[in-house]
Amino acid sequence: MAPDMVTVIDLVLLALLCAAAVALILVRQLFAVAILAGAFSMLSAGLLVTLDAVDVAFTEAAVGAGVSTVLLLGTLALTQRRSEESRRRGTGPALLAVVLTGGALVYATTDMPGFGDPEAPGFRHVVPEYIVGSETDIGVPNIVTSVLASYRGYDTLGEVAVIFTAGIGVLLLLGRRREDEIQDEARRSGSGDEG
Amino acid sequence: MRHHLVLRVVSKLLIPFMLLFALYVQFHGDFGPGGGFQAGVIFAAAFILYALVFGIDHAREVLPEHVLRYLVPAGLALYTLTGFAGIALGGKYLDYDVLGSTPTAGQHLGILLVEFGVGVTVSAVMVSVFFTFAGRTRDVDEEDW
Repeated sequence: MAPDMVTVIDLVLLALLCAAAVALILVRQLFAVAILAGAFSMLSAGLLVTLDAVDVAFTEAAVGAGVSTVLLLGTLALTQRRSEESRRRGTGPALLAVVLTGGALVYATTDMPGFGDPEAPGFRHVVPEYIVGSETDIGVPNIVTSVLASYRGYDTLGEVAVIFTAGIGVLLLLGRRREDEIQDEARRSGSGDEG
Repeated sequence: MRHHLVLRVVSKLLIPFMLLFALYVQFHGDFGPGGGFQAGVIFAAAFILYALVFGIDHAREVLPEHVLRYLVPAGLALYTLTGFAGIALGGKYLDYDVLGSTPTAGQHLGILLVEFGVGVTVSAVMVSVFFTFAGRTRDVDEEDW
């Protein structure tokens, strides 16, 4: 039996994701870590495309692989470029906790409804109403948009408020310079002119 | 990155198409994949690419920080006011049915407005955060990495 194309692509992407994750843990050079994190996001975006979640894949590729990689690199430029060696002590209990939690999660997936199963409980509550209403009441072919902006308009308003608050927070924390920093810079540029 | 000729030429070619694609994702979100969040990020990515290749000072000339400071709350305000417009026209908060001549036209207008609000705030926040980080960074020699 030949596996279908999507399964092959999924397996390749998942294998690459695992490789990227292991490399992320092992590498100490933080520049490589930032780039690997971007690659990890790009691979996740590919997986989301195979799941037909193109909207999420868009966001993952643009935010995860694009903007946040740039911000990570910007942070590296402000701090240092190598991580400290961690002291390897007491990894036994941590490993046990991870294995137990992971095992419980894998065991729980066997109870989940099949992928795309229309009889799944999550698809029975309001979803049929949204699918019909998106066409008849709203007239928008992309159901994601009609749910996001109309049926769930309050949630999206909250999300925009969260992004707004996060942006304001960064601007307040990092946008202004402390007085000693300004003096420091003035001194540095002053001495640069003399030299 | 003054001497990276290939990067400069390729980004100069790509940036207009990135901006155009962002606008397409923004205003075509009702029909195809995408919407305000995605469009905002793509729009911001175009500016960030410009700033990376041509320098943050040039990018600040294109999109000054005092303009960004108004754009960050402007998108959220547009979303909120669209909600209040629903109340003013006799509906409920964020009820788009009353915004147009027919409920469907109202839904289209309401979705367009709130998605545009999302796009404005998201792109302004992304560019502001990048400017803030990059503005604190001393120039890094390429050998330092």
